[in-house]
Amino acid sequence: MSVLVYVEQVEGKFKKSVFEAVSYAKAIADQQGTSLSAISIGNVAESELNQLGKYGASKVLKVEADQLKNFVNQAYASVIAEAAKKEAANIIVLSNSFSGKGLAPRIAVKLKAGLVDGAVELPTADGGFSVKKTAFSGKAFAIATLTSENKVIALNPNSFGIKENVSSIAIEAFNPEIKANDLTAIVKEIVRATNKVSLPDAEIVVSGGRGLKGPENWGMIEELADLLGAATACSKPVSDADWRPHSEHVGQTGIAISPNLYIAIGISGAIQHLAGVSSSKVIVVINKDPEAPFFKVADYGIVGDAFEVVPKIIAALKAHKA
Amino acid sequence: MKILVCISNVPDTTTKITFTGDNTEFNTAGVQYIVNPYDEIALSRAIELCEGGKGTVTVINVGEVATEPTIRKALAIGADDAVRVNAAPRDAYFVATQIAEYAKSNEFDLILCGRESIDYNGSQVAAMIGELLAIPSISIIKKLDYDGATATIEREIEGGKEVVSVSGKFVASCAEGTAEAKIPNMRGIMSARTKPLQVVEAVAVEEVSKISKFETPAPRGSVKLIPAESAEDLIGLLHSEAKVI
Ligand SMILES: Cc1cc2nc3c(=O)[nH]c(=O)nc-3n(C[C@H](O)[C@H](O)[C@H](O)COP(=O)(O)OP(=O)(O)OC[C@H]3O[C@@H](n4cnc5c(N)ncnc54)[C@H](O)[C@@H]3O)c2cc1C
Ligand SMILES: Nc1ncnc2c1ncn2[C@@H]1O[C@H](COP(=O)(O)O)[C@@H](O)[C@H]1O
Repeated sequence: MSVLVYVEQVEGKFKKSVFEAVSYAKAIADQQGTSLSAISIGNVAESELNQLGKYGASKVLKVEADQLKNFVNQAYASVIAEAAKKEAANIIVLSNSFSGKGLAPRIAVKLKAGLVDGAVELPTADGGFSVKKTAFSGKAFAIATLTSENKVIALNPNSFGIKENVSSIAIEAFNPEIKANDLTAIVKEIVRATNKVSLPDAEIVVSGGRGLKGPENWGMIEELADLLGAATACSKPVSDADWRPHSEHVGQTGIAISPNLYIAIGISGAIQHLAGVSSSKVIVVINKDPEAPFFKVADYGIVGDAFEVVPKIIAALKAHKA
Repeated sequence: MKILVCISNVPDTTTKITFTGDNTEFNTAGVQYIVNPYDEIALSRAIELCEGGKGTVTVINVGEVATEPTIRKALAIGADDAVRVNAAPRDAYFVATQIAEYAKSNEFDLILCGRESIDYNGSQVAAMIGELLAIPSISIIKKLDYDGATATIEREIEGGKEVVSVSGKFVASCAEGTAEAKIPNMRGIMSARTKPLQVVEAVAVEEVSKISKFETPAPRGSVKLIPAESAEDLIGLLHSEAKVI
């Protein structure tokens, strides 16, 4: 018995959410009194792989096959399931990223494992093996009990945090058989904005709504986000009107996020919007209407015109940083 | 071309979520049910791809008889026929197995799901169907072009997109961007009443997971208001009180 964590690399690097998944998997391994192995697919430098030891992985299986250079969930799932068998791992942890969502269910089926998608806490022994996860788009949590021998857990970013727990780490090459039938989906192109913080991983998010009147007014949102190292987001009507791309739309029918700080500017706080953002740790609302429902869930509120308030905040932030 | 669209029956997005039975059951009292919003997007794209007699769209739902109004809504939007697998959707593995079983005995070129169901938020069913049928699954797509043999798909990734090409059968889960959700017109609503809705029995599936309890988020403390005139004070508070910047 052991725990295996899949460490998703992006252009040869691990993101924070990966170290978080490793920290979480290590805590589970400790609970179970067993060790933690990691599996990495693609070209990652040894120095980067060694970092996994800082968070408790004692071994990393490294798969560098050329056919797996790009992410193909079918093939990756096969490799991860093989690694689980090799390591006799019965608990597989990964980050609930866009790729993770396409991967975890396939691994679960291969291993006849129960799957918790969107886990937010460590498992408990209640009812055997239970994990708290988000449900109803953030309006509630569900406790999922896994009754199968094997278990797969996809951890929501920003829910557990990164915890150092240094272990010596061994890097081992792993060369499982790769089946042609797993490689029929072909990645043609990858477009990635490298200079921007990606929304699902962001610790701080600055979000704008219809109160901003038009796309031409997003300059101050972006400036504030840049100063904070934050990602930008928006309400649904804003992306529906093409003021901002769909990938920025948060809420019940958009992306659900739980950053440390969410700043909502000119957003009324409709139930569908709140669903996706209410698990943010600290919420700041700037709205000219004191009756806006968003204030009911805010930690800090400013009743005022965004076009006057936001520039003041930007100036104060510049002064604070200086 | 034959497209199968998986639709789930979910509480309306305005629903206040509460539980009964010591938080073990979702309180359905007074709840309106709808076609899962992402599934509407998947269905709308399927209908577009089949327009002009290029194919047919079948919708499938795993649910008890109470879900039939939702299935009729999907028929009103424009699906040609519907299947209901007669069982409560226990978990994603159960649902995916039922759909995969149906798809095995009824040839489909393409199976479309929504990105996630807005009740259990699993994002699991599509990729599980793919695995059960041993065909590719592309999760969270925002664009789908398909000529009946090869598809070009854009999939969401953190901070960007990936373009994927797939030949042969596959499953995809659709997010916003894939299509504008169609709204049923009067003719659609009338014809939905007489479109075929087949009921099939569920196959047995081993249990791998269950929801044992629900929790509602802890209520937040009351808001601290900062006067607009001294908006700059926010930064100090976020730094020294909330400690988030
Ligand atoms: C099926 C369904 C799913 C949905 N899913 C989502 C979802 O996932 N995400 C989502 O966001 N919405 C969703 N919605 C839409 C939701 O119901 C609301 O319509 C939407 O969130 C409102 O967006 P908004 O707050 O930007 O706009 P509005 O409700 O128009 O609010 C604008 C706010 O800006 C304030 N304002 C105006 N001018 C200023 C100013 N100068 N300075 C400061 N404040 C100002 C106003 O007081 C107001 O509160 C969904 C709706 C449905 C039916
Ligand atoms: N009971 C169901 N019947 C048919 N399709 C479903 C059902 N539940 C989920 N789906 C499909 O699977 C998608 C993802 O659901 P989930 O994995 O529950 O988030 C949904 O958008 C639907 O397309």
